[in-house]
Parts: sequence; C-alpha cells; structure tokens
Amino acid sequence: MSSDNKAQIAVDKFLQFTDGEVASFFEACVHCGECAEACHFYMATKDPKYTPTYKLFPMVKAYKREKAPLHSIRKMFGLLPPAVTEDELREWETLVYDSCTMCGRCTMVCPMGIDIAGTIRKMREGYAAADIVPDGLKRSVDFVEKTGSPMGVTSKALLAQVKHQEKETGIKIEVDKQGADYMAILSSMEIMGYPEIIGAYAKIFQKAGVSWTISSKAYEATNVGVQIGSGPLAKEIVTRVVDAAEELGVKYVISPECGHAYGAIRWAGPNMVGRPFKFEVVHIIELLDQLRRDGKIPAGAKDGRKMTLHDPCQIIRRGGLLKEPRRLLDESCADFVEMENAGLGNLCCGGGGGVSANPRAAELQNAAFGCKADQLNAIDGLEAVVVPCANCRTVFEEGLEEREIYNLEVLGLGELVAETLKDIEQAEG
Amino acid sequence: MTFLQFVEGPLFYVAAAIFVVGVVYRLIGILRLGGERDLARPNGSATGGAILTVLRHFVPRRTFWRGSSFHFVAGYAFHLGLFVLLLLAAPHVAFLQERVLGFGWPVLPHWAFILTAEVAFAGLIMLWVRRFVDPVQKLISTSGDYAATILTFLVMLTGCLALQESHVALRATHMVFVDIWLIYFPFSRLIHTFTFFFSRAQTGATYGRRGAKL
Ligand code: SF4
Ligand code: SF4
Repeated sequence: MSSDNKAQIAVDKFLQFTDGEVASFFEACVHCGECAEACHFYMATKDPKYTPTYKLFPMVKAYKREKAPLHSIRKMFGLLPPAVTEDELREWETLVYDSCTMCGRCTMVCPMGIDIAGTIRKMREGYAAADIVPDGLKRSVDFVEKTGSPMGVTSKALLAQVKHQEKETGIKIEVDKQGADYMAILSSMEIMGYPEIIGAYAKIFQKAGVSWTISSKAYEATNVGVQIGSGPLAKEIVTRVVDAAEELGVKYVISPECGHAYGAIRWAGPNMVGRPFKFEVVHIIELLDQLRRDGKIPAGAKDGRKMTLHDPCQIIRRGGLLKEPRRLLDESCADFVEMENAGLGNLCCGGGGGVSANPRAAELQNAAFGCKADQLNAIDGLEAVVVPCANCRTVFEEGLEEREIYNLEVLGLGELVAETLKDIEQAEG
Repeated sequence: MTFLQFVEGPLFYVAAAIFVVGVVYRLIGILRLGGERDLARPNGSATGGAILTVLRHFVPRRTFWRGSSFHFVAGYAFHLGLFVLLLLAAPHVAFLQERVLGFGWPVLPHWAFILTAEVAFAGLIMLWVRRFVDPVQKLISTSGDYAATILTFLVMLTGCLALQESHVALRATHMVFVDIWLIYFPFSRLIHTFTFFFSRAQTGATYGRRGAKL
C-alpha cells in the first residue's frame, strides 16, 4: 500500500461512516473542552491531547474537507482544512486506540451531548481498513481467525473447563443441547481466568429450573472486530453466535459479564447481520434480576463484607442496566456502599474498548486506573468490589497489584449471587 | 442612497437571505446524510430519550459541576444576554417593525439595556479569554472559533456604540458588522445555534432506545 493510498483508504471510510448522526456531532462541537474533565485519560495525565474531541480531529477534517454541506463555497474562500495525511493518522493512532476506552463518560458532560465513544468506534473503521492498528489488537485478530477466540481458547479447552466445573458443582452441564431455552456465551477471559462462573451458572439455573446450554461451536462473546474497528470481522463473530443459537433453536442468548460483548451482540449485532435475531439477547445481570424478582432464586444469607460495585461502562452507561445489579447486590450483600459518581457517571476502569488487549497502552491504562483506585480508597474499610465484567476485572486485579493493595477482593456478580443462594446456605447450615 | 441606507437596505436584505438560505441548506444537508434504521430490539423510547437529552444538557450534571461551572456561568451570561439584546433592544425592535415584520413589542428600558449588555460582554470576554489561556481549549480551538467570537464581539461593541442613534456613522458601522455576521453565519461554527439540538437529540435517541438516560 503506498502512503497516499493508506490515507485515502482511511479517509474514504471516515466519510462512509459520517452519517447524519456523526455529522451532527461534528457540526455541533464548540471546542469548549468540557469533555476533557470527564475523560479518565485526561484526568490521570492532565495532557490536553487526551481531550476527547481532539481524538476525532482527523475524521472531522476529512468531513469538513469533503462532505460537509457548503464545503465547496468554503473552499472558494480558502476555508477548508488541509488533506489528512498518513503521518497525521499515525500520530493520532495512539489517541484513537490507546487513549479511548469508548466509555461514553465525556458525552455526559458535553453541552452538545456528542457521542465521542460511538464516533471513535466508527473512526477505527478507517484505521483498521488502512491497517494502522496496534500490534496487540492485530495479534488478537490473528487468534480469532485461527481459533475463533482472541486468547486462542479452543472448544477443547472450553469442554475441559466445563467438565471441571461439573465435578466442582456436581451438576451436569449439557453442551449443544437442542431446544434449550437459553444459550450462554462467555468471554475468553472468563473461560480461562474465571471458569467458576460456569459452575455459578449451573447452580443458579438448576435452582431456577432454567433449561440452558453452551454451544461448542459458538461460545466466544468477545468481539475483537468491534474493538479494532473491523465491521466485517465483527459481523463474522456475531454471525457465528447467531447461527449456533438459531440452529439449537434457543429462545435467548445470554450475554456474559463482559461490557463490550454486550454492546456488540445486543445493540450492534442485529444491525451487523442486517435483520432482527430469531432469539432475544439478555444480559446475565438482567436475567439474574428477573429470576430473582420472579422468586426463582431467593437469596439466602448475605455476604457480610463491606462491598462496592464497579459499573462497567458498556453495561450501565451505554447499556442501560443501571438498577438491575444494584437490586441483586442489595439482596446478596449486607454492607453495600456506592462509590463516588456511581451509576451513569461512573469512571471507566481504564482498560475497555480494546485498550487492555494493547500492551503498548499498559502504562496509560494503569495511570487511568489510578482514578478508579482513588475512588476505592475513599471508601473506609472496603473489603470487596464486585466487577461484573471479566475485562474490567483483570484491569482491577492488575491495577490493585501494581499499587500493592492486597486486601481487596475483586469478584464477579454471578459468583456472588450463586454463593448467596438460599439453598446453598441451608446445605451449609 | 447613503451608505447607511445601503447597509440597512439592500445589503441587509441580501445578508438576511444568505443567512436563511444558507442555514436551511446546511441543516438539511446534515439531515440528508441520514443513517440506518436500528434493528436491535429497543429497551426504551428513542423519542423520550431525545427529548430528555436535549433538555438535560442545558444544565451540567452535579458530577461535573466543578469543571463545568466556568462555562455554565460565562456561557449563559453571554447567550442569554445576547438573546435579550437581540430581541428586546429598542432599536432592534424598531428596525424589525419597520423593515421586516410590520409589528413591534415592548422593549427594554435604557438602564436594563446597559446592564444586559454588560453581562453579555462579560460572558463573551470570559469565553474568549479562556480559549487561549486554558491549555485544553488552546489546543482544540481553530481559527473558525476565534473568527466567530471576534465577529460577534464586534457586532456587540458597535451596537453599543451606535446606541446614540444620531451618530449615523456608528449606526452604519454596526450594520456593516451585522451584515457580515449574517453572511458568515451559515458557513461558520455559529451554526451550533441550531446543531446543538440535532446532536443532543441523536445521542438521546440512541441511548434512549437502550434504556440509558444520558
Ligand atoms: S465538550 Fe462537547 S462541545 Fe465541548 S469540546 Fe468536548 S465534544 Fe466539543
Ligand atoms: S469515551 Fe471515555 S475514554 Fe473515550 S474520550 Fe470519552 S471519556 Fe475518554
């Protein structure tokens, strides 16, 4: 690819993805800089280049130059910005990939309500098409192409984890069960790092009398396509799940405790495959809350530790599931306290949107996690933090270790619910 | 025809026409870029979300109050001041009555005009100075931002000077800047007067559909 070519490829994609919505954003920004104050990367570094709107500059330039209404008249007066160059795109690469977790917090403070996160997602389409992407994400893509999973988790590895969890819980987990009501998908991180969640599902669903299964063909929820900005890859990953779910004839697919995976299949998925699914996508938190309210999984003795909740951005702010995790925690935990700005205004962990899969960004991610660590430290005597996203959870674990904080347990919500089910308490009591 | 008659007459009508046609053309142009229909099963109302976001973003959230207070105060001082002056200053009402609408309405007393003008100026100058003092704004501001600010400042300044209507030259200067401002408007960042609504509504609709209240 010659250099002009790369810039042109990226610009073409930028323009293609500048629809009425994105154009409204570009036409509304008044360069007030408020958004900087909301972004954890700016908060942690105070470097103006991390101002959210600045990250979009090359895409804005392309739009102003070639697509904005009245641009031809502005051109006559020499009022157009210069063409976007490959050097410029490369200079911006770290801003587009390393310093945006697509958390959406800046939108809350922006007087114009500009969705920077959604626009960065589209801008990455241009970068991916021109192949100006971080090596770490590229490696994940290679893994996905070979094994279907960004961490190289094969179906054999999954089945081994399932077997192990069957042994731990004494409950049979039926894989590829035709006609089950629910099909669970998981993130690689869960399968490899937190396989207890499979056992937790087994316990909870047995108690609730829910018929569920895991597909040996489509178990991966992580969508690297969304992170790197490749529409075709994102579609391929979603399609795999859709095909398996429709083949098994399930009524629901359960999106796991993973932020971007939820956005990818729940909100973007049907638009990628170009039709509504024949099943519904529910988030595991939504499902647990529903089962609890239907009286199918009554809570037993509460966990007595002082706990707080981290709100994964894609599930809460950008996913709308604000009350569900709180209702579950209230019943599972005796001493639940909220962090500062909890809920919609939560701070990102610093590793979402593909940042944690990009080793180049490790230092910046750790700095951004510092804002989160401050919030945790501000709660006296905190013993545990519930983090219902496997990716955030790893970021928490790494960040806490970096700060030598060892007395704070990081746990998933599904596990907590499974551990505080009524029957379990009776069995133990 | 005197110069004043020219800038208040033909040039003004041309400028006003460019303003109206330009703004409408640009706004329709933005909307025509369209978007795809969302196929995901909604979890809330897009319209409700759009309305909520349009309204809610008029006032900063408590979470961000500290960082936003400067722009909140300066922004409202300037914008509200400007609208009041634009719509309630005696010469403006008289001008619109004579030249455009054919009817008028009650106007601000002189002291209130002066007070409003001071508030508006204070706001505009605060916004302007912050552009080149604050490191974030300095980095992201473009020549278009400064041009819009300076032009608006000149319109306001000459307007105050022209208050003594006997000064024909000052009144003509004010009208020249008004005409330039009107012509520049549709091509400039001043378009945010209208696009703020599009932007907030788009985000509100997207998030509203997801059941998130942004
Ligand atoms: S807060 Fe919104 S309007 Fe202000 S600079 Fe940031 S994106 Fe632009
Ligand atoms: S979406 Fe989040 S990470 Fe990205 S610019 Fe906005 S606040 Fe920063």
